[in-house]
Amino acid sequence: MRPAVDAPDAAGDLVVAASGVGKIFGVSQVNGVEALRNIDLEIRAGEFVSLIGPSGCGKSTLLRLIGDLLEPTAGTLRVNGKTPHQARLDRDYGMVFQQATLLDWRSVRRNVELPLEMVGAGKVERAERAVEMLDLVELRTFADRHPWQLSGGMQQRVAIARALVFKPELLLMDEPFGALDEMTRERMQQELLRIWDSTGTTVVFVTHSIPEAVFLSTRVVVMSARPGRISHVIDVPLGHPRDDDTREEQAFYDTITEVREALRHPGGGQ
Amino acid sequence: MVEEPGEKVVVQPLPDSNRRYRRVRSVLLVVVGAIALWEGYKWVGDEVLSGMVPGTELRLRPPPNDTAMPHVWDIVSTTFEPARRGGEVLWLLLGKAALFTLREAALGFVIGGLIGFGLGVLFVRSQLAERAFMPYVVASQTVPILAIAPMVVIWGGRLAIPQWVSVSIIAAYLTFFPVAINTLRGLRSPPATATELMRSYAASDSETLWKLQVPSALPYIFTALKISAAASVVGAIVGELPAGFADGLGRALLSFSQQFGVAPEKLYVAVLFSALAGLVFVGAVSLVERRVVGDRRRLAG
Repeated sequence: MRPAVDAPDAAGDLVVAASGVGKIFGVSQVNGVEALRNIDLEIRAGEFVSLIGPSGCGKSTLLRLIGDLLEPTAGTLRVNGKTPHQARLDRDYGMVFQQATLLDWRSVRRNVELPLEMVGAGKVERAERAVEMLDLVELRTFADRHPWQLSGGMQQRVAIARALVFKPELLLMDEPFGALDEMTRERMQQELLRIWDSTGTTVVFVTHSIPEAVFLSTRVVVMSARPGRISHVIDVPLGHPRDDDTREEQAFYDTITEVREALRHPGGGQ
Repeated sequence: MVEEPGEKVVVQPLPDSNRRYRRVRSVLLVVVGAIALWEGYKWVGDEVLSGMVPGTELRLRPPPNDTAMPHVWDIVSTTFEPARRGGEVLWLLLGKAALFTLREAALGFVIGGLIGFGLGVLFVRSQLAERAFMPYVVASQTVPILAIAPMVVIWGGRLAIPQWVSVSIIAAYLTFFPVAINTLRGLRSPPATATELMRSYAASDSETLWKLQVPSALPYIFTALKISAAASVVGAIVGELPAGFADGLGRALLSFSQQFGVAPEKLYVAVLFSALAGLVFVGAVSLVERRVVGDRRRLAG
């Protein structure tokens, strides 16, 4: 079901379409801080796209614009052909942040059920879906525990299960593994690819780790700061499925080098 | 995928009976210590120093004699004697008075708690309302309750409100403030990402309120409720004075303080019963708190 390698054009429909998108924080053009300028980006169904760049490049801002947590001040942005606002009301999104942000008065299962409560799903249906998602992240046996009884990596897996419970078409992830240690992090990356593969969801993933971006993505979007803009888009020529051996392939190293070069020479153009 | 090693540490709590034993022991230690201090001060002050500060012409304050500081055993025995000749035993009289006062306090606590919670919700929803009303909420607490109590009792009387309910309103006046402030703080306590998540689920305002903000606020609210429980007892006692109630702790404290010169033990007993009433109320709130937010742990960081 995955596109063989790097063939975004051959993949599914447009999920994200940004053209000329800009974001200025503050009141006016004069006093405001320009976080993003002239962003053109198309993401197709089934892609895994990473946004990478130095701090202040607006990668999280771009993610929040796509997720309708912020509104652009310029350009047009469409998600599944709709405004981000409409897409949010249609529950097209799943979101995962650096902090798992689980509600610690709820059990793991009830945390995963939370989004379903907003759509008025019945008790039985909620429980079934939650268990299904917990199976997906292999935490079913922890369903009745509370978040504070889980390790950081397990909490983040619960957050992923919760984000997927709507079966969203677009999974937005903002440095979800940033707070984890390296070992856990690599295992979580592997896990995420498996989930991506089995759900077919589209992922936009913000990170500042080059190997993470390359290992996970079908495309890496390199951004530069002041104002935030896209400087390069790099296709990742690695096949699927990917595993620990992938991290030792020559193409993996070459792509890492390519991304690093792109970050070092932001003026290089696309 | 296996669970990450070494990160999950579940602290085994002490067995319940052991914990209870330790608690009882520490409470008893404090009581014994307080009695020892009291009697020790009396003995040293009276027998050794003859009521004077050593090397000066100054008298010890409080005077260590039996009229100002009766012996602990005299206070205890007074508790089991009739308060008036042929009247009720003191502990029974004060126990009834404490129950009467607690009833007023409890109603005041509920009224004040609801008003406080409502104000907290209103303020978190509307910055305009917060800016408009918050100064008056704060100012209300700087007005001495002694000034307001008679007005409430008189107006309550004209509106044919039962007097004990008027006293509850006075208690509510002291109760709502901590609840309002802490509710507001608690409703604002969830991290920004939690609010963003609710937004991504397209949750309505009331869903965000009841599923995220109110549960997050509960530890804050219960802290306020414990303060308020104690304050409501004070409010009820003060409110009973202008109401001229013969049944509550307020009247008992007032009349025993008038007899302090001749029978100081009774005032001490009345003070102890007032404190006990507050303790019972705060303890009841703590019990509810433990049931509602008991198994919650704050995550570090």
